[in-house]
Amino acid sequence: MTFLPFAIAAWLFAVGLYGIVTSRHLIHLVICLSVVQSSTYVLLLAIGYRTGAGAPIFAETPVGAPVVDPVVQALTLTDSVVAATVTALLLALAVQVHKKAGTFDPDELDILQG
Amino acid sequence: MELLHGLVLVLVAVGGTAVVFTRDPLAQSMVVSFYGILLGILFFVFRAPDVALSQIVVGAVALPTMILLALAKANQE
Amino acid sequence: MSFTSRRNLFFAGVLGFAALFLWGLRGLPDFGRYEGVYGLTLNKVGVAQTHATNLVAAVAFDYRGFDTLGEEFILFAAVVGVAILLRAHRDEAATDDAKEKEDEGRNVPHTSDPVRVLGLGLIGPTVLLGLYVVVHGHLTPGGGFSGGVVLATAALLVYLAGEYVALRRVSPESLTELAESAGAGSYAVIGVFGLLAGQAFLTNVLPLGTTGHLNSSGTILLINLAVGVEVAGGFSFILAEFLEQTLLVRERV
Repeated sequence: MTFLPFAIAAWLFAVGLYGIVTSRHLIHLVICLSVVQSSTYVLLLAIGYRTGAGAPIFAETPVGAPVVDPVVQALTLTDSVVAATVTALLLALAVQVHKKAGTFDPDELDILQG
Repeated sequence: MELLHGLVLVLVAVGGTAVVFTRDPLAQSMVVSFYGILLGILFFVFRAPDVALSQIVVGAVALPTMILLALAKANQE
Repeated sequence: MSFTSRRNLFFAGVLGFAALFLWGLRGLPDFGRYEGVYGLTLNKVGVAQTHATNLVAAVAFDYRGFDTLGEEFILFAAVVGVAILLRAHRDEAATDDAKEKEDEGRNVPHTSDPVRVLGLGLIGPTVLLGLYVVVHGHLTPGGGFSGGVVLATAALLVYLAGEYVALRRVSPESLTELAESAGAGSYAVIGVFGLLAGQAFLTNVLPLGTTGHLNSSGTILLINLAVGVEVAGGFSFILAEFLEQTLLVRERV
């Protein structure tokens, strides 16, 4: 039971990677990439968790009370917003590919030009 | 609390699998929005309210919007 | 490579990866038994050193401020990339007057009235919530990143409640570009304050104030505001670029 979060993170990574490898639509591929990224968030937060501890916000809790690790939360917080912007960049790339080649299927994009 | 953690983790795993196995991007954008909310609940249960707030706003609102706009652009051509 | 051979190769690879990954994860401490020194030390001294009650924001903008500066520039570069990609073949829109005339002459499907009313009613509370989340980043959960996205959602509500023309009037291109660049640049300029005071880059050199009050924690508050402005401008810009692509091409047909 204590190994479950790490196993879930590994499962999400593997299943997202399966979606990327066997994808037939570029936008489906980009969404599977965001699933892979979410597996790293789950792993990070699972590492920083302490049983019986509270959130690292000291507005109400006194300073000495046990709280979970704030460093991994800072990493995950900035990462999740920045990853959405990078996903926007990938979607713009997919839109341009569709404009040029007329299809979203990666298997049909084998014409190298220029 | 251990039971709640386990339950939400299993739901997240099922949600992630559902996102990958929904092949049509239009339906997938709705599934990924629901998956974003599930992840937000998971982060909240892991005592990370900051991260949960960011995840809900980004994963359930901004990401499906951009997917739908990209699909609308492509379907017009 | 055909589909089935690619999939079989993937299964072989992922089995090896899963074995190594799970073996590596077994070396971690059990879930719930956190033993890292860095986190435990920060929990004890963080609030006293930075006068910020939201320790996650203190870590993100003070202790690890340099990493967050890098992440913010990734965001900036991604927005610039979207702008370049979706403008590269802008042979459709010539000047701004031509764009205005096209906007008035096109036929958009009529949005239903409940959507318009609800969107209009939610714009004010959303902007207020976004500003609250950004400004109180060092006190309660939130901060520049989440609050900036909430503010960009308000721009999306303007589009839903009205038309694309209304969105363009409320958040014109020049304003979102200015907001985004100013936010990104301000973060670096605030870092220079530390250099001017004779200490390292991004040191918290402004007066720290009283813990729990709005005007406290020195540069963390300013950096929150800068990041909020940048993320709001960046996301509004991305939304407007995607919407412009969707609607301008419709006119050409």
